[in-house]
Formats: sequence, structure tokens, C-alpha cells
Amino acid sequence: MASELLSGSVPLEAYLLVAAVLFCTGVWGLINSRNAVRVLMSIELMLNAVNINLMAFSSYVDGQLIRGQVFSVFVITVAAAEAAVGLAILLSLYRNRVTVDMERFNLLRW
Amino acid sequence: MTIAASTQLISFLVLSAVIVLGALGVVLLSNIVYSAFLLGGVFLAVAGLYLLLNASFVAAAQVLVYVGAVNVLILFAIMLVNKREDLAPIPGIAVRRLLSGGVCAGLFVLLTRVVLTTPWAQGPEPIGEGATIRIGEHLFTDYLLPFELASVLLLMAMIGAIVLARRDVQAVDPGTGEAVDQGLIEKARTPLLVDQPPA
Repeated sequence: MASELLSGSVPLEAYLLVAAVLFCTGVWGLINSRNAVRVLMSIELMLNAVNINLMAFSSYVDGQLIRGQVFSVFVITVAAAEAAVGLAILLSLYRNRVTVDMERFNLLRW
Repeated sequence: MTIAASTQLISFLVLSAVIVLGALGVVLLSNIVYSAFLLGGVFLAVAGLYLLLNASFVAAAQVLVYVGAVNVLILFAIMLVNKREDLAPIPGIAVRRLLSGGVCAGLFVLLTRVVLTTPWAQGPEPIGEGATIRIGEHLFTDYLLPFELASVLLLMAMIGAIVLARRDVQAVDPGTGEAVDQGLIEKARTPLLVDQPPA
């Protein structure tokens, strides 16, 4: 990896490391956010990290068939659907609880 | 699109710096409106990475769907629920943050080790500009079924979002007992399970 960096080209590992940082940031935000909207934003960060991985592999390992790009198009589609439904659930919850604090959404607590 | 290797490296470093700092800002900033705009910046930088990987179609889809739709949707949600509220303090939240930070750092170390020690296979030359045509061929031949399923999924998500976010409207005017146009009278606050009033 170091020799490729010195010669000026971007190695595959660099993309994977950026995606790893993005994914871990998303996980931390998912666990620690108390605002429900921020939880949804963290999920989007994690999905983007996965997409970066798919795109990097599709370019470096599967350069002719680029199946990774097709998969990331599907991931983008599912992410859009997830965001729409998630925010609708959030609005519905907000109308019932008049708060966005995750600690007070205990409707399903046993 | 072929650009010089050093230009590619510099663009990659700038874009990854934007992605990492923007992601940290999204989770750490206290004002959620700033977080939402930073999230848009992160999405744009990710689209830039896709352009570096010669994937112009996916980059365009990323800008259209994420920046144009998802981010705007999140901003709308923030504006709809923008009540300023002081969150009640939770005992031991600092310990919780430190612990989860440790877990995430451990996950990152694990991922880094896997990335750096695996001997990744060297694939064939990327096709570059022909990627968009190849994606179209994939979508209408071997990925036709997932493609159609995605359209059904989007339809289901659209209907589901409308049903979930809709306010329940009374079809009968409570004053006169006459049927009224739906949407004219809205109850201010409705519980999740609506008891239908006897007609």
C-alpha cells in the first residue's frame, strides 16, 4: 500500500479505510444519539460506507463486470425507501409523544 | 475519464478528509440543522469518490437521491419536529459514551487489520467510461428481477410513508353529524390506535 501511495496512485486499501472510519462513526452516532433524526442520519452514514466499499471492490477487483456498481444502485434505492418510512414513523411518534428523545420512546419496552 | 495519478491522489485525500470530518460533525454537533447540512456535504464528497472510481452513473444517482431527496427529507423532518427541548440528563451517560467509543474504536482496529493484511486479488482493467452502459445491460438482463422488486419496494415505501405520516381525519363533522370532505377537519392529536366513533 505504501509503495502505491508513494507512486501517486490511490490503492484499494485507502478506500476501504475511509469506509471503515465512516462506518464506525455511524455506529457510534447510532448508539449515542438522543435525537431520533440524528439516529436516521447515522444509518445513512453507515449505508454510504457500505456503498464506498462496494464501489471500490467493483472498480479494483471486478473491473469488467462492475456488479458492485449495480449493487450500490440497489442499496441507494433501499436507503431512499428506508429514509422515507423512518421519517414517517418518526413524525407519527412525535405526534404521540411530543418529543424526539430516543430515551422516551419506550412503547415496545417489555 | 483519466486524470493524472497525483491529481487523483490529492482529490482522494481532500474528499476523504471532507468525509471523515463531516461524519464526525454529523454525530458530534449539538445543533441538528448543522448536522443535516454537513450530511449533505458528506454525500457530495462520497459522490466525488465515485467519480474518482470512474462511476459517473452511480455518482449522479448519489447526488440525485441522497442530496436531492434523502437530505431534503431529513431537513423537512427537522423543521417539522423542531421543538426546542432540554433533554433530561441520564445517569452514567459519560460511561456509556466512553464504552461505545471503545467498542467502535475496536471495530475500526479490527477492520483496519483485515484491510491491511488481506492479499486482495488484482482484477482486470476497469472499463471506465463504459460503466453506465454495462450497468444498463446488467439491470435489464441478469438483475431484472431485483430491479422490478426495487420498484415494488419503492411503491410500498411510498404508500407506507403516506399511511404512517397522515393525520387521521374525521369523515363526519362532529358538530352537525354530516359527512364532510376528508382533510378539512383534522383532530389536533390522535393516538396510535384510533377508536372509530360510532357512525
